[in-house]
Amino acid sequence: MNWSKNLALAALLCASPLAANAQDHYGGTLKLVAASAAGTIDPQVNYTNQYWQLFVNVYDGLVTFGKASGPASNKIVPDLATAIPTPTDNGTTYTFTLRPGIKFSNGAPVTPDDVVATFERIFKVNNPNAGSWYANIVGADACLATPATCALPKGVIADDKAGTVTFHLKAANPEFLDQLAVPFAAIVPASTPAKDMGDTPVPSTGSYMITSYDPQKALILKRNPYFKEWSAVAQPKGYADEIDFTFGVTDENAITAIENGQYDFEFDPAPSDRLAEISTKDPAQVHINRLLAIYYAPMNVNIAPFNNMDARLAVNYALDRKAAVNIFGGKNLAIPNCQILPPGFPGYQPYCPYTLNPGTKWTAPDLAKAKMYMAKSGMAGQKVTVISDDQGVDPALGTFLASELNKLGFVATTHVLSANIEFNYIQNTNNKVQISITQWYQDYPAASDFLNVLLTCGAIHPGSDNSINIAGYCNKAYDAKVAVALKTAVTNPAAAATMWAAIDKDATNSAAWATMFTPKELDFVSKRVGGFTFSDQFHLLYDKVWVQ
Amino acid sequence: MAAAAVLVLIVLACLAAPLYATYVAQSDPFGSNLDGSITLNGQSVDIMQSTDTGFGVTPIGPTWQGQYFLGADDQGRDVAARLLYGGRNSLLIAGGATVICLFFAAVVGVVAGFSGGIIDTVLARALDVLWAFPVYLLAISLSAVLISHGLQIGPITVNADSLLIPISIIGIVYVPYVARPIRGQVLSLSRSDFVLAARCLGVPRPRILFRDIVPNVTTTLIVFAPLMMALNMLTEAALSFLSIGVQPPAASWGTIILDGEGLLYTRPAVAIAPGIAIMLTVVCLNFLGDGVREAFDPRAKLRVKS
Repeated sequence: MNWSKNLALAALLCASPLAANAQDHYGGTLKLVAASAAGTIDPQVNYTNQYWQLFVNVYDGLVTFGKASGPASNKIVPDLATAIPTPTDNGTTYTFTLRPGIKFSNGAPVTPDDVVATFERIFKVNNPNAGSWYANIVGADACLATPATCALPKGVIADDKAGTVTFHLKAANPEFLDQLAVPFAAIVPASTPAKDMGDTPVPSTGSYMITSYDPQKALILKRNPYFKEWSAVAQPKGYADEIDFTFGVTDENAITAIENGQYDFEFDPAPSDRLAEISTKDPAQVHINRLLAIYYAPMNVNIAPFNNMDARLAVNYALDRKAAVNIFGGKNLAIPNCQILPPGFPGYQPYCPYTLNPGTKWTAPDLAKAKMYMAKSGMAGQKVTVISDDQGVDPALGTFLASELNKLGFVATTHVLSANIEFNYIQNTNNKVQISITQWYQDYPAASDFLNVLLTCGAIHPGSDNSINIAGYCNKAYDAKVAVALKTAVTNPAAAATMWAAIDKDATNSAAWATMFTPKELDFVSKRVGGFTFSDQFHLLYDKVWVQ
Repeated sequence: MAAAAVLVLIVLACLAAPLYATYVAQSDPFGSNLDGSITLNGQSVDIMQSTDTGFGVTPIGPTWQGQYFLGADDQGRDVAARLLYGGRNSLLIAGGATVICLFFAAVVGVVAGFSGGIIDTVLARALDVLWAFPVYLLAISLSAVLISHGLQIGPITVNADSLLIPISIIGIVYVPYVARPIRGQVLSLSRSDFVLAARCLGVPRPRILFRDIVPNVTTTLIVFAPLMMALNMLTEAALSFLSIGVQPPAASWGTIILDGEGLLYTRPAVAIAPGIAIMLTVVCLNFLGDGVREAFDPRAKLRVKS
């Protein structure tokens, strides 16, 4: 026996218990719970946090966001592709090589043709972002005009022999990889019907597959028998053998059930009257993480009284953001915010003009300025209806905002709508919504996901339920700056970040919104949950936690 | 008698809501007060209290003193003051809906029962159709539509936040409950000896209607009034609890229960207090209804005498 052999043996002896421990964690059933289901399980149609958080364990795109916590969760890594390609033709051409040997959960191999069919299907099923994110693919215009016959022979080209797929874009797009990394671009078999699959699972490549779905009861994930881990950072082998997602349990009951060990994790936010209890009684089971999101009150700049800039400024100066934070759950769960971009986001530079002592941080409302602008606006006595949904803290925020408006001199009431319809209702210009309470969570880490998506003229679609520029703010000069920043980001991301910071200031100064705060996420898990990993993109990563 | 006395006390207390808010609670029951504080036993106490862990903010509980007697809700508002203001709206809606319900029920029931023939058939079937809808489902559907956009009928515009909307909806959905028995009573009265005698004597039909039929039906309506008011109060509370009745910042007992739903674990008084108020009022109205029925029912008097 020589030293090297002895060292190797010693290393093996030391490592084996650890390896054995890690191995021991595999197995069991992770039990999730929510008040309700979140609609279709078609990955190219569903646009909810609730199911995106699941889909990342079930489906794969050519690339994805790293399955990790912290900044690594915002980094794009190759998934079904072997590597992230360097774009050519001035940033308009991307060629991906598929990993060999990957199969769908029905046993069929993943081929370049599946990738082509997937991107055509995005248009055929009227994906919510087909007209924005994917409209830049060559041939997309025809697909948007006649989705049923969509074909992208010049936009997405398969080479079966080489195992490659080439994308041709109309113009360079610095966010193209981000848009490929979200579940909308999950690769599905070419044989998948070109319609919303509703409750029927679509074959998948991920660690898990959906085996049953009843929106009234539960969604069940089991291990994909054809899955072999190819990249632990892109699609790790999940610890639990099964993930059961039960629906129909209220947030209050879910907290009690988790305390009793009946469930492991509640998707819905913990109710505010239980926060003190769980954080005192079970602090080890509570996890707080930042969210790249904002709560805000968009003011319709096209109808009275908020078509008056002074009225909007009055609201912004008067808004007691600390009180709003208290409604959300206190200073440990939210940060007062005046601007559009949330802290930590690309392009974010702290800026708050709507506070006593304007600068980088909100400290207190400036009531003197608020009253001055209110008097200048001549809008005192105007009737205002605040629209909010009926879930979580939103009704309380709506009531609070109405109270703030009444203090300013408006005659405000609140109108609470079901969360099922509120988000679409406040977008539709026909409903003449004056002001509302809503939130925006990042789709991916790019400033344009807030400043372009939410505030440019192109995001206004009169009479549509999908007119995401809720304030109806349209400023051609602003749009021009956004276009320049998008173009600059292709070649010079650092310069673009500076531009986005300036655009953020412009948007904040327009006072089209009254931004309230940036929330944090409080996750409460059962005692048996280990390996808690929180991604900025998809929040708690279900495949990274173990239950035994 | 005791029920009527309690009911009068409740009504008087609710009518005194502005006085209570101004001189006792000393706060605005419709404005948020999230940063406010009060003095208790010589010490300043925050109305919204942060927990030691920094997670969650809990409103002050019952002080059993003038200010915040029943504590604060999640907006830092005085629950006792809101309870009294909420009672005004709950009683107003229940009362208004009862008037509408009884009026339309009387008109439809009397016209259908007295006219007979095709008019009776059409009205009776219309009542059957309305009756066939589950009451809450119908009320929720109407509320969801009208509370979104308000109501415009010709020159008349009713705002979405107007109390007229819940009053009208609740009044209308219960019309069949009263109209059907009224129609049955009118049919019975139309065939009674004294009406037949009047007809034989050539008394004009309108005179028979207003002198012989309507007075007999009126007692039934009076008996129905407190019972329907109790039912309407419960319906109003249900609709407001579902956010499709009274709209914030206005209050009703139903909306205050909704406000308290999120505080059940820490401040249960917010939800329990309006619950008790509803229960007390409804019990009093039901007792009152029984009393009125017995007072107007000759057979009940006979039973008492025997």
